[in-house]
Amino acid sequence: MLVSPLPLKNIAGCGNLYFMKEIDKKTVQHVAHLARLEFDESQLELYSTQLASILSYIDKLNEVDTASTQPTSHPLASLKNVFRKDALKPSISPDEALSSAPSKDNGFFVVPPVIEGK
Amino acid sequence: MDNIYSLTAHKLLEDKVDPSKIAISIAGRIKSVEPKVKALVRISHTMSTPGADMGKGRLAGIPILIKDNICIKGEETTCASRILAGFRPPYDATVIRKLKEAGASLIGKANMDEFAFGSSCETSCYGPTHNPWALDRIPGGSSGGSAAAVAADETILAIGSDTGGSIRQPAALCGVVGLKPTYGRVSRYGLIAFASSLDQIGPITKDVEDAALLLSIIAGYDEMDSTSVDIPVPDYKKSLIKDIKGLRVGVPKEYFIKGIDPEVEAATKKAIETLRDLGAKIVDISLPHTEYAVATYYIVGPAEASSNLARFDGVQYGLRAKDAKNIVDMYTRTRSEGFGGEAKRRILLGTYCLSTGYYDAYYLKAQKVRTKIREDFDAAFKSCDVIVTPTAPTPAFKIGEKADDPLSMYLSDIFTIPANMAGIPAISIPCGFSKDGLPIGLQIMAKPFDEETIFRAAYTFEQSTDHHTKKPKL
Repeated sequence: MLVSPLPLKNIAGCGNLYFMKEIDKKTVQHVAHLARLEFDESQLELYSTQLASILSYIDKLNEVDTASTQPTSHPLASLKNVFRKDALKPSISPDEALSSAPSKDNGFFVVPPVIEGK
Repeated sequence: MDNIYSLTAHKLLEDKVDPSKIAISIAGRIKSVEPKVKALVRISHTMSTPGADMGKGRLAGIPILIKDNICIKGEETTCASRILAGFRPPYDATVIRKLKEAGASLIGKANMDEFAFGSSCETSCYGPTHNPWALDRIPGGSSGGSAAAVAADETILAIGSDTGGSIRQPAALCGVVGLKPTYGRVSRYGLIAFASSLDQIGPITKDVEDAALLLSIIAGYDEMDSTSVDIPVPDYKKSLIKDIKGLRVGVPKEYFIKGIDPEVEAATKKAIETLRDLGAKIVDISLPHTEYAVATYYIVGPAEASSNLARFDGVQYGLRAKDAKNIVDMYTRTRSEGFGGEAKRRILLGTYCLSTGYYDAYYLKAQKVRTKIREDFDAAFKSCDVIVTPTAPTPAFKIGEKADDPLSMYLSDIFTIPANMAGIPAISIPCGFSKDGLPIGLQIMAKPFDEETIFRAAYTFEQSTDHHTKKPKL
């Protein structure tokens, strides 16, 4: 084992141990847009540095040979697809379902315009 | 006689202590120590008027504190996030329904890291919880409020959730008992999802017997959670046997590596000697992929979280940003205002790992390494019945110490993450104290659905030592 994962005291220390990835601000901005988040310049700077260091650490997974390994999507191999009976059952009322909505009207959620008029 | 608030649930039930006296004792204790500990984000409005049903059921009148990511009908539930401010669930989580049916008294909601993202309780929108053993230190996380409240005697029982150690690590750092059951043992219906292939709900208690009692009540198949498993729930109290003669205890060499706190290492090794003295057979084992668990977790966890957290968009509940131009602007501003820094970091990381061109390199790769971690455990359990390790690499650290260093914070879950990866049950029990008087936890893991052997080993150790009887001075 080349590297013990524990004594990393800070991100800079981690960078010395692993090939440091670069995540530019444009990439962070693109990913933020996919996730519907927005950041100012200083936040973009911070997250690009932090993501780069975390992803550099994560790259140690490439040391593991998984060429003939099946992925695990669920820890209990015994569990198969689960289907419920197609039967009517009571559910919560529309009023209850809407009880925490920030904006509602007559049994519907109200949202800002989805398609803007010209 | 001891103060009522300092007792365990099984003792209160055995002695048939009047539920109204328990409620008064706990209310008084909260009033006196909560300003220092700050473990509770909300006290239930039913707390002041103990219900008429109290006195019936297996947990009749026993106070229990619930982590703020579990839905109680009509009670604000926020995951310690601004984005869920004001959300009052229209239904009870299955564990809540079971606790109500058992007559437990739900006293309130416990502080946590925002959406359970953290190991210190510092990412809560309500501010940090303080470790009852040293108020300038973190209680661990993410179920830090639940563990601190149990340690401070502000509740008799607590419920937490564990995705990468969020029950066990705070239990260790607060000197209490915390169990992550087998994946599928307890229904997650009504638990606000973090990482669906890892999350489990479990008990945080003052001793092993209470953990067994509480698991007996919350465990079991639930048609509302298709990942819950339909096998019978044993009466876990029957596992409380003070005898481990011949039990094979595996000790993995990968958990005693450079960087572990010397006092944690010493306390763990002493605990292993105690188990040997009690008749256990100590077996050296290897879990060779341990060093990859944290990296695997920080792909699988954030990837699943980024997907689960897509639902917080200002439409159905919680915060909505004002004066949005259009719906996308509303989504973006709501999420940017509502989520805290760590939540945003994990959403970014997860979205990146799932995005076009990176899915195979990150998420799929992590799922494959996860298989390797599972196979390590399958192989190890051929030669042992339980595996014993430290719960956390260090005792509680200072509030603020790791706040600007996400990777260092992530590494505090290094010993607890593998059990979530493999889906196996694991407990943390007190096994000593540092020179500064900080609690140290011992982790015991077992095969899937073998909580009974965990309870037997933990109970035997606990009943042969006195670590669990010590209380912080508050």
